[in-house]
Amino acid sequence: MRPAGKGALESLYFDYPQFAARRVPEQDGAAARHPVLIVGAGPIGMTAALVLARYGIKSVLIDRKDTFNDGSRAICIARPSMHILERIGAIAPFIENALGWRFGRSYYRGEQIFRLEMPQPPGEKYLPMYNLQQQYIEKFLHDAVEASDLIDMRWQSELSGIERHTDGVSARIASPAGDYRLDADYVLAADGARSPVRSMLGLRLKGDNYEGRYVIADIRMDHDFPTERRAFFEPSGNPGGTVLIHKQPNDIWRVDYQLREGESEQDAVREENIRARVGAILADIGHAKPWELEWWSVYSANTLCLDDYRHGRVVFIGDAAHIVPIFGVRGLNNGLADAENIGWKLALVLHGEADERLLDSYSSERRGATLDVFANATKSTRFMTPPTRGWRLAREAALSLSLKHEFPRGLANPRQMQPYTYSESPLTPYAGRDAEFAGGPRCGSAAPNAKLADGSHLLDRAGNGMTAILFCEGQPTAEQSTLLGQLGRIDSRFVPVLVSSRGSNSDAKTITDSDGEIARLFAAAPGTLYLLRPDLHIAGRWKTPVPDEILKTTSLCLGSETP
Amino acid sequence: MSAMPFEDFETAYETLATAIDKAGPEREALFLTRLALVLGHELGDIAAYRKAIEIALDGLE
Repeated sequence: MRPAGKGALESLYFDYPQFAARRVPEQDGAAARHPVLIVGAGPIGMTAALVLARYGIKSVLIDRKDTFNDGSRAICIARPSMHILERIGAIAPFIENALGWRFGRSYYRGEQIFRLEMPQPPGEKYLPMYNLQQQYIEKFLHDAVEASDLIDMRWQSELSGIERHTDGVSARIASPAGDYRLDADYVLAADGARSPVRSMLGLRLKGDNYEGRYVIADIRMDHDFPTERRAFFEPSGNPGGTVLIHKQPNDIWRVDYQLREGESEQDAVREENIRARVGAILADIGHAKPWELEWWSVYSANTLCLDDYRHGRVVFIGDAAHIVPIFGVRGLNNGLADAENIGWKLALVLHGEADERLLDSYSSERRGATLDVFANATKSTRFMTPPTRGWRLAREAALSLSLKHEFPRGLANPRQMQPYTYSESPLTPYAGRDAEFAGGPRCGSAAPNAKLADGSHLLDRAGNGMTAILFCEGQPTAEQSTLLGQLGRIDSRFVPVLVSSRGSNSDAKTITDSDGEIARLFAAAPGTLYLLRPDLHIAGRWKTPVPDEILKTTSLCLGSETP
Repeated sequence: MSAMPFEDFETAYETLATAIDKAGPEREALFLTRLALVLGHELGDIAAYRKAIEIALDGLE
């Protein structure tokens, strides 16, 4: 919502483009069959299209709207998502415009009780978190979509019907330029929390709703405070309700405040009440200068998801598949991980490089990630919006003790989004090999990064198929070379990355790790091999190579063998 | 859980009674909750803590 007298898209800082409906070949009787139809051009749908385009796969992307999201909504982009944006070639404007951060503070009755410090290992390329309004996220992704010859973006195009066949999907699309039928091999449903595709297939989200409601309000103000997450429990500016404050670009600040028990939502979202509450909160944090109201909305926390994210040739991604509580910034970030996960798998299947059964792993991996998010988010949601007297009393006891004691302070940790570990996945069959390692990243986890002598990063070397990081002394042994050759024959995209403890002038591609820092990061010895998937999660690691297991894991990641 | 000698336990009983009065009826629930969190943390044993909670919950009429 916006202040009285302003249109829904009349922003203080963002100029909304208006995209016209285009006449498309189907309207003139063309019956081309498309590899992929993506429904919904939000951040998740556009990212899915760009992941497919990275592999040379064409897609048609439809959206019923004629422009970007009406408000700032999802504003936090986590480090793993920055890597996804990098891989799809869209990262530059994000780095230029987003506000990176890694610290936060929690206060109880005005006193600081917790200092959030997200880890920043020295080899990482990106900060743990970046703030950017969703309209910009969509604009920057859309710029990349526009620049791609492989993505056919159709605005003002609404899915009006869907018919599933064993080998594809027929869609009815309504547009001001005329209605038409479109045939595709696969449909990615990225059409959001109220997904029409979900309804058309007769599917329902299952899970829990939480009572506590929050108003999110964006304001513009000249306010001197670093980009940090601030959480205020029992602040005098909003008695009985928690407050969160985040900084965004363009002097825009996000103020989230919890509604009091029994408070009417209709009253709460009236402009004069928003202004009064935000004013009191700003007075409380010592902001005496003027401020302008930009946009506001209201939400309550839910943990809801589909039982299965894939229904034959229709695959659900992002909010269409799951709705997670806002605390911990997992909605956007998990949706982006969905888009990448289905993107590389579907691309390899469509190219004929992987068997279709690879797609079966999408739902188990990403639904597993959602359930993990629920477990964490449920904890933070209960802390942010205690549902009963027992939870309220326990929180008040813990917060009040936190003023003088260290032990309860961790409860105020917002448990920010961490990438999910696919250790239980059918694509990670030898997770037991973790036992051979004294440390380093576990099987299924996202690979850590390392800074190289020339200023580039280790993961810059990874390919868009499988990547092996092999630690060796000087050159690989004859057995190791044979293994790398076999991997290259199974996966035409395979990229070997050699990390050598001794300098080698003969091969410029070998990374010299003379101080052993990369080996320490991976708890590696000469002969250690890490196998990475296209999404840079670790498919397996072996202290010394076991060729059968490495070849079998690679085959599984291409869907060509059942475990 | 290790039990304390009866004399010490009696002192614990008296100290608790006095402290509940000191907290006052408005704050007694908060005080007791804080006490339970502090004791749980000092105890350092989640199984023993769960058992203590069960014992205290059982027979509340």
